[in-house]
Amino acid sequence: MDYGLTEEQLMIKELARKIAIEKALPIRAELDETGEFPWTVVKACAEANLTGIGIDEKYGGIGGGTLEYCIATEEISIVCGGIALSYAATGLGTMPIILYGSEEQKKKYLPDIASGKKLAAFGLTEANAGSDAGGMQTTAKKDGDYFILNGTKQWITNGGEAETYSVIAITDKSKGARGASAFILEKGMPGFTFGKKENKMGIRASATRELVFQDCKVHKSQMLGKEGQGFIVAMKTLDRTRPGIAAQAVGIAQGALNEALKYARGREQFGQEIISFQAVQHMLSDMATQTEAARALVYAAAREIDSGSKETSKMSAMCKLFASDTAMKVTTDAVQIFGGYGYMKEYPVEKMMRDAKITQIYEGTNQIQRNVIALELIKEMAAKK
Amino acid sequence: MNIIVCIKQVPGTTQVRINPETNTLIREGVEAIINPFDENAIEAALQLRDKHGGKVTVITMGPPQAANALKDAIALGVDDVILVSDRAFAGADTWATSYTLSQTIRKIGQYDLIICGKQAIDGDTAQVGPGVAEFLGLPQATFAVGIEVNDGVLKVNRLLEETNEIIELKLPAMVTVVKQINTPRMPSFKGKIKAKNAAVTQWNAKEINAEESKIGLKGSPTSVVKIFTPPPKGGGEILSGSIDEAVDSLVKKLRDRKVC
Repeated sequence: MDYGLTEEQLMIKELARKIAIEKALPIRAELDETGEFPWTVVKACAEANLTGIGIDEKYGGIGGGTLEYCIATEEISIVCGGIALSYAATGLGTMPIILYGSEEQKKKYLPDIASGKKLAAFGLTEANAGSDAGGMQTTAKKDGDYFILNGTKQWITNGGEAETYSVIAITDKSKGARGASAFILEKGMPGFTFGKKENKMGIRASATRELVFQDCKVHKSQMLGKEGQGFIVAMKTLDRTRPGIAAQAVGIAQGALNEALKYARGREQFGQEIISFQAVQHMLSDMATQTEAARALVYAAAREIDSGSKETSKMSAMCKLFASDTAMKVTTDAVQIFGGYGYMKEYPVEKMMRDAKITQIYEGTNQIQRNVIALELIKEMAAKK
Repeated sequence: MNIIVCIKQVPGTTQVRINPETNTLIREGVEAIINPFDENAIEAALQLRDKHGGKVTVITMGPPQAANALKDAIALGVDDVILVSDRAFAGADTWATSYTLSQTIRKIGQYDLIICGKQAIDGDTAQVGPGVAEFLGLPQATFAVGIEVNDGVLKVNRLLEETNEIIELKLPAMVTVVKQINTPRMPSFKGKIKAKNAAVTQWNAKEINAEESKIGLKGSPTSVVKIFTPPPKGGGEILSGSIDEAVDSLVKKLRDRKVC
């Protein structure tokens, strides 16, 4: 389908596909086994300037917005959702700096992220603060010109591999939702260490670790936005990056569809290729239709965000919800079409199914997305009266 | 340090099809790419430039659409590109191609090093690089897996079949590289934007002062008589029975064929 992409967007798509096929494809099965970080792919993304998407040219990036970021993430995810996440998560970690960073902070951090010299990560989730981010326990206590951070962030993608971290911590518990603030932290700061690398079901080529803060002293100049703005920084960031997760899901679904088509044409049973059976044809048709519908919704949401619209929560939640549910369904059906072979690790579809599951969970579970959408619907209704 | 890289645009497939009547490659419907070994040559040149300064000029002889291969080279970060294109070049063999490229290099004039891929994946002759060196009277080193430059002396590590040979050459010189020398970098978005807006310099036979009798089909001392796919090797035969029986049977077969 022609989505009316610009010449520049098509260039990004072509570059990302080249990286996916030449760099990610040969190592995806191995990295899924070992859980090693895909540095060669990340380096290729840096060489291709893809780490500079979303970052203004004056800070060494290539400009572009959510749609460009989605296109790159989708292309890499077609080959490997885990490897793509290591790329996409640096975009998530950078977003708070792009949205709320001071000129000084942008100059200090964005050029190295754009050039791929440094990766970024975003620290919000905690053991007792998942869907309920309000349950956060990491504190940042003011001490003169500094804040002292204590607490543990959990399941942080790129944790340990990234150099630059956008972290949300409670600066004033009594103020509830207005009591959190966002900070930029750097790997190697005294009092900032990492927990063990998590052993995950899928997206195993991405690194997930705890961020541990023990009396970690951060200068106030490292605060993003104003004191008490932490939750807003987090929510606005996630509104903008959710389409990236949705694009990852679309890529995973497309990858599984491609594999299923190829297999259905080659596999013979009852003396004919299984693609000639209507039962298989209808499954493939549904998979293709759902994947295309998800892509259309993701691109529409990305374009709405890039147009500067303030009302991005609903579209952003809708595309993440729909694309991730699609990815789960399409990858499950791909395994079904492969039959017993699909269950084996010799073929890539079982991995795609494992990779798809997380897209329904992270950056807000799909139940939370439905809450967001419902809340927006109710608001819209109320506004009409 | 000024480096000239000679590249060739080739069909982007290992399933090359031949037109049996003309004995030439069928290029229709096949994506054209930079010859993979030439990508290593470009990378080697860019690495030397990044270390020693200077500029990298990429040249190719080919039809007008070969400009696309040169634009791909710009996207990789080379400084300058030149397309040598003329109907009179058509049908050139390796001798005429080497002459044409050497005339182009003469016209460019200033250079310290010429780098080529060890061979093109379509013709597989590995003759053009050395041919260019001969026409220009330059020292040459083929199959380089390492290139270093110190005080005007080129140190080349050659990958031979069973050994490596390290030799020194005076600049200017010509080197061909193997794929083990490096991993070509990714084209960049910024490079692609630059390539999109770049104009490709184009020279014809007259502009490179090429003698008519030395170019194209007319200037080619060799011609392809026939290209064919050899019949596949037949399957082997597995001898059964005890070891003694199998050995007897094998010896008999070898004697029958008069190999022992």
